[in-house]
Amino acid sequence: MNDSPAASPTFADVNRDVLETLRPPGNLYLGWMCIVGLILTCGILAWTYQIYMGMGAAGKRTPQMWAMYITSFVFWIGIGHAGTLISAILYLFRARWRTSIFRAAEAMTIFAVLTAGLFPLIHAGRMWFAYFLLPYANQRYLWPNFRSPLVWDVFAISTYLSISTIFFIVGLVPDVAAMRDASTGWRSRIYAMLSLGWEGEHEQWRHYRRAYGLFAALATPLVLSVHSVVSWDFAMALVPGWHSTLFAPFFVDGAIFSGFAMVLILILPMRHFFGLSAYIHDRHLDAMGKLILVTGLVLTYFYICEAFTSWYSGDVFERASLFWKVTKSYAWALWLMYFCNCISPLILFSGRARRSPVVLYVVSILVLIGMWFERFNIIVPSLGHDFYPYTWGIYKPTIWDATIVIGSFAWFFILFLGFIKVMPSLSVVEVKETLPPPLKDAARAGHH
Amino acid sequence: MPATTETVLGVFAHVDTTVRALEELRAKGYHDLAVYTPIPVHEIEDVLERDRPVSRVRLFTLIGGLTGTASGFLLTIWSAMQWGLITGGKPVASIPPFVVIAFELTILFGGVATLIGLVTLAGLPRFRRSPTFDRRFTNDRFGVAVHCAPERRPSVREILQSAGADEVRP
Repeated sequence: MNDSPAASPTFADVNRDVLETLRPPGNLYLGWMCIVGLILTCGILAWTYQIYMGMGAAGKRTPQMWAMYITSFVFWIGIGHAGTLISAILYLFRARWRTSIFRAAEAMTIFAVLTAGLFPLIHAGRMWFAYFLLPYANQRYLWPNFRSPLVWDVFAISTYLSISTIFFIVGLVPDVAAMRDASTGWRSRIYAMLSLGWEGEHEQWRHYRRAYGLFAALATPLVLSVHSVVSWDFAMALVPGWHSTLFAPFFVDGAIFSGFAMVLILILPMRHFFGLSAYIHDRHLDAMGKLILVTGLVLTYFYICEAFTSWYSGDVFERASLFWKVTKSYAWALWLMYFCNCISPLILFSGRARRSPVVLYVVSILVLIGMWFERFNIIVPSLGHDFYPYTWGIYKPTIWDATIVIGSFAWFFILFLGFIKVMPSLSVVEVKETLPPPLKDAARAGHH
Repeated sequence: MPATTETVLGVFAHVDTTVRALEELRAKGYHDLAVYTPIPVHEIEDVLERDRPVSRVRLFTLIGGLTGTASGFLLTIWSAMQWGLITGGKPVASIPPFVVIAFELTILFGGVATLIGLVTLAGLPRFRRSPTFDRRFTNDRFGVAVHCAPERRPSVREILQSAGADEVRP
């Protein structure tokens, strides 16, 4: 650990440094905003075109009705999971290294779920009828089929979005209050409104701390349930390659794996450009590297299980589906996935690699590519090769759905880029909590 | 509380001096305190939470969560009964899939109720700044505001000062 107590910042330093991240942005930031905004515009135009032309524009035809949209939906939901893992599960475990990264990770969760939420709408075609998904007393007395995993999904995702948002906003309140008192002018007034008049009085803290722990306790089973429910969208169907009890843990693990990669993709530039090395130490990167490695190894185990159960089941359709995936039209995607998810994280066995931002960045990008293709490999080749040759079919992306998927990344990044300039992306309170408390009597130092 | 009270505010830079002041004040029988801290501090909490029940927020969570479970099952079973169509040879009110909905609503209602509990109990939103609040209390200073009868003011000042307050006012 290269952080000696002597070098550790004081409470006032934390306020100053976090305020520093909220300074008016420079040209580099604005440049990135322009690029991301341009890509997002392309995505919106492509969506407009798809609405105008119909779903054929997105290359959707039987049997490939899910294709890239549901791939991206599952991918983005998965990204969100690392944020909740860091903010809720590691909070309950009192893992102190989470403090300097959890705010950014939580923001990532919300933006990832917001991005994921777009895909069912985009995929529904006529998204203005999306409210059909909600249970409401309509005039024909029709209710959703609560036995359908797709309806479970609506409940799981909307609960996840609501609870993550509440958790995130509650966590922000004392920090926004600190920003209110540290800034001046109109910024201070806006923060004053958003901080709800928080004063850090003991009566507030005692309820706050209790509530925060309860939110964490509620979010923990929730996050595990969300990707399980998403996996049942597949596992409840009879399609070969989907119908497996392995899917829930397999999805949850993959979600955390890809989520940590995305956390690193966001944190590493933040640390570099905001000069936050005093807060985001090498040991934080090391811990995240280890988590990527562990979840990657678990994922490799699931891949082996998946192939083994297909083969060992003796089921001719399962075997045919597996054989087709491994050797035929989409084999390149499968092997790319194996390389990115199983081979590339292995470099993180080396401690030096785990502390090297460049290596971590490259591995994270590979992991994200691999995890996007994992969902692609679950959806497209499975649907393309089920029980009956008559229903087999190949999916080819079109320029329109590809642009929409790329646009979704722009949407995610524009939200995140916006966030880091208006809100404290480092938790003022929690970072201070990990610092040695200011003591007058030096003999008692280190007691905390 | 007596009809006329005064407030004495001590501003501290350290946790240990704050705790010392709080211990002293409690020993002398001053219980009407407002303590401001930039972060929740265990040592301060230990002094102030002595002989107090834990925050009632958890009651909100429990009630909200149970309401969620109940409404999840009610919604699914009731709406399935509205159109009693048997699919897949399963009962109309089939409990296992409805557990998913009930679970999600447990979390959702529990979370929303916790938020309501927090906002109510912590007295948020607070539109007027309390007179004893100081901007430094969200940065690196700790504040102890003591409400006392006017004639006790000198003795409170004395306690705060001897504990090591940087500043005592008024």
